[in-house]
Amino acid sequence: MLTKGKEYDVIIIGGGATGAGTARDCALRGLSVLLVERYDFTAGATGRNHGLLHSGARYAVTDRESATECIKENMILRRVARHCVEETGGLFITLPEDDLGYQKLFVESCEAAGIRAEVIDPELARRLEPSVNPTLTGAVKVPDGAIDPFRLTTANVVDATMHGADVLTYHEVTGLIRNGDRIQGVCLTDVRTGARSEARGRLVINAGGIWGAGIAAKAGVTVNMFPAKGSLLIFGHRINNLVINRCRKPANADILVPGDTICLIGTTSDRVPYDQIDHMTVTPEEVDILMSEGAKLAPSLAHTRILRAYAGVRPLVTSDDDPSGRSISRGIVCLDHATRDGLEGFITITGGKLMTYRLMAEWATDLAMRKLGESDPGCVTADKPLPGSEPAEVKKEKKRLKGWNRRKSHVIELSTEQLAAEGRHGTMSRKIDTRDAASEALVCECEQVSVGEVNYAIDELHVHNLLNLRRRTRLGMGTCQGQLCACRGAGLLAKAGACADAALADLGWFINERWKGMSPVAWGETIKEVQLMSWLYEGVGGLTEGRRQKMDAMADKGEQDAEPAAKTEEKE
Amino acid sequence: MIDQLNISENNFEQCIKCTVCTVYCPVTAVNPLYPGPKQAGPDGERYRLKHRDFYNEALKYCLNCKRCEVACPSGVRISDIILSARNRYSRGSAGLRDRMLAHTDMMGGLATRLSPTVNGLLRLKPVKLAMDLTLGIDRRRTFPAYTPRKFTTWYRRHAAERQERFANQVTYFHGCYVNYNFPRLGKDLVKVMNAIGWGVQLMKDEKCCGVARIANRLIKQATDAAKVNLREIGAQVEAGRDVIATSSTCVMTMRDEYPHVLGLDNAGVRDHIMTATRFLYNLVESGRVKLAFKPDYRLHAAYHTPCHLVRLGWGIYSTELLKMIPGLQLTILDYNCCGIAGTYGFKKENYAYSQAIGKQLFDSIAEAAPDIVATDCETCKWQIEMSTGLKVANPISIIADALDVEATRQLNNV
Repeated sequence: MLTKGKEYDVIIIGGGATGAGTARDCALRGLSVLLVERYDFTAGATGRNHGLLHSGARYAVTDRESATECIKENMILRRVARHCVEETGGLFITLPEDDLGYQKLFVESCEAAGIRAEVIDPELARRLEPSVNPTLTGAVKVPDGAIDPFRLTTANVVDATMHGADVLTYHEVTGLIRNGDRIQGVCLTDVRTGARSEARGRLVINAGGIWGAGIAAKAGVTVNMFPAKGSLLIFGHRINNLVINRCRKPANADILVPGDTICLIGTTSDRVPYDQIDHMTVTPEEVDILMSEGAKLAPSLAHTRILRAYAGVRPLVTSDDDPSGRSISRGIVCLDHATRDGLEGFITITGGKLMTYRLMAEWATDLAMRKLGESDPGCVTADKPLPGSEPAEVKKEKKRLKGWNRRKSHVIELSTEQLAAEGRHGTMSRKIDTRDAASEALVCECEQVSVGEVNYAIDELHVHNLLNLRRRTRLGMGTCQGQLCACRGAGLLAKAGACADAALADLGWFINERWKGMSPVAWGETIKEVQLMSWLYEGVGGLTEGRRQKMDAMADKGEQDAEPAAKTEEKE
Repeated sequence: MIDQLNISENNFEQCIKCTVCTVYCPVTAVNPLYPGPKQAGPDGERYRLKHRDFYNEALKYCLNCKRCEVACPSGVRISDIILSARNRYSRGSAGLRDRMLAHTDMMGGLATRLSPTVNGLLRLKPVKLAMDLTLGIDRRRTFPAYTPRKFTTWYRRHAAERQERFANQVTYFHGCYVNYNFPRLGKDLVKVMNAIGWGVQLMKDEKCCGVARIANRLIKQATDAAKVNLREIGAQVEAGRDVIATSSTCVMTMRDEYPHVLGLDNAGVRDHIMTATRFLYNLVESGRVKLAFKPDYRLHAAYHTPCHLVRLGWGIYSTELLKMIPGLQLTILDYNCCGIAGTYGFKKENYAYSQAIGKQLFDSIAEAAPDIVATDCETCKWQIEMSTGLKVANPISIIADALDVEATRQLNNV
């Protein structure tokens, strides 16, 4: 929602982890905040990466600064984003074709960056992680983990709004309000309806990731971005419980991360033209590389079911004093366009990584406080837990009945879906209705999402369509990729206010989006799944060509979301 | 073939979420606390791989009928996944009751020595009430009576010697029920096989097949017994003898659960383990033996296919054999689970579900109004006898009854 006629202290563009984190930090420091996002939270690079809680070890040899940032943020996120993090631990393995000598350099570099790296016996590595390639010749244990970027971003948004921030999704910044050499706000277009509006702010923060270059251009300044595409594959279940990396110079497909119920292998790295960033597809060659390299980390990957493929675009930035683009950094870039370009009221925060989103937000907010001349109470995000990650009020109430009682008792424990929801929303899961069988009924069976959880997401987590719902709850991210849950979710959305026609169009569109991610890996069980889905929705349900034309017509009229995820693929 | 394409333990990743298993699950139909085979099996497995806390004790409501596996078009071994999960993730060890129920051989061995006393006691209401209250064995359940003389004792004293006369030999896995409760069935088998010119041998050492131990999370005990059985079966196979059993569940367990749940390799002997009706049918069908029946034999039997025999796909051998009896009117009942599932139906918490599951079967039996019910499973027999009041017999016993032994021996030149 947008408070009409209000002049915000800051307007933040971009609903990724950085934008959401900046909105939270600003709101916590007492600024009035508007967060605008073109489509949905996590629709860009935030939702299309490994979900790896980097220890920094990967960068230790090549980029000491990034490595140090990573390990610091790693330890912070374990505390403040407890419910988004899984402390799995990670291995850097050396295979027979790798140089075992690199291990020494690697461990020394880790130690220099403050990363605890422990050389372990290959036999111990095989026991810690039975799926690891058994021919490994060396292994180093590091504090890697898994982080869920969807939950992380949502939690930041929730906390920002709890501290007074306004949030607008599906609003694209089509221009910046410029008065002389000062930016005073943004021109917005509702991408669903085409309606135009304006929002005024004392400061605009560009946190658009790779799209930030385009936003900067609208303000008349240049930020040099070098889009690098990375493709990943998602597997049907976890084969590993530790993150597995290759102990060598970073290369293709050398990280296997367990994330929630799945595991994923990535990535590739290819430069793509800037005008193609909304149209990422995964090529057969990339799938081949990911499979063949991935199987070297864990041989069982070669015959594990692949759910889908997706690609994201890294927002790599050339540093300012080098417009040629030779020195590309993965470090954080925080630009005050007043000192750089003579344009007041405009900041760009970009570069960095998911791991450093909080630090990026801190830097941007520090700069914003200085520029606004407000008294700065200081950043608290390194210590204040995100909503959902607060220390649990009551001890986990999972009942452990013993002996006689266990045998007598019929309903014994928290149900799987309650546990799963607790994993997704942390302490916020107490808001999920579990009062009766109707709210405990499952919507998504693969990912254990209940009616209560869907309703909670619709009510409180900025959900307008199935895609939003998927990102907030994991609905449709499991084995069947929405086959069973998409229609149920559409029904609940329709019940919650959307009209039936819109819900139906949304359903068709969601199914199509699922297919886009499955098509690059459509063989074996995956093609069977797709066929069954097609029979159900097209054959039995009548979601036919005619219906599709109607949907297209609605899309033309701007009634349907124009989100590019329909054309590209996204994580899970 | 499907095993070569196996991509995950018991094929759980081959699930395409069609949910047909849940449609065929008899427990789901009567017990809302049970998540159903798809949820308990392949869906739940993904979560259990993430963390063992996602294991849910409601999985104990699975009665391991394997109807889900029969229904599955993708070859997912759903109840094997559920059984394995129960064994792997359920905390604490099996209680006294489960141990008593599961050790069918040990309890049988004890009970047969005092069988008149035990049988009498087990019929007494106060005893049943006491077992209900202290152990959790449902007071409404009727116990199978124990025999005063074990089948193996009878065999040793009265049958072993004359088996040597026959040129063809087959080995009989009698199982706990025949040995401790109902030697008559074993005697019937010996009678039929001898009449067609086949000798019946027993294994040197036979342990319980272990199905009840597997169901009650006594995996170590089940594995120990299974290893002995596999060794003994191996010896029989080496001597050129197939191993047959009159219990469909024993056969299913030794063929399928040994490798899938216990992880034991039985590839060398698996094809030599089969039901007695399959063995006999193949002999008759190939023309190697002939059967002659009493001309005045008259009986109306309703045949119930036990779930584990359906899983084996071998119900047809029993019904085709029964159809060979000229005086037998055979009604083949629709395939419904009887609900007892071995030790499952004895447990107090399952009794009501057990009877609710069986209701369809009991109703269809009442409708058919047969003289006798035929089935290849002993626990189905207990359940149907208790719930319908009708007598239940193994097809081998019916054949033994109807067989004209002298005529059969002449036909087969015995």
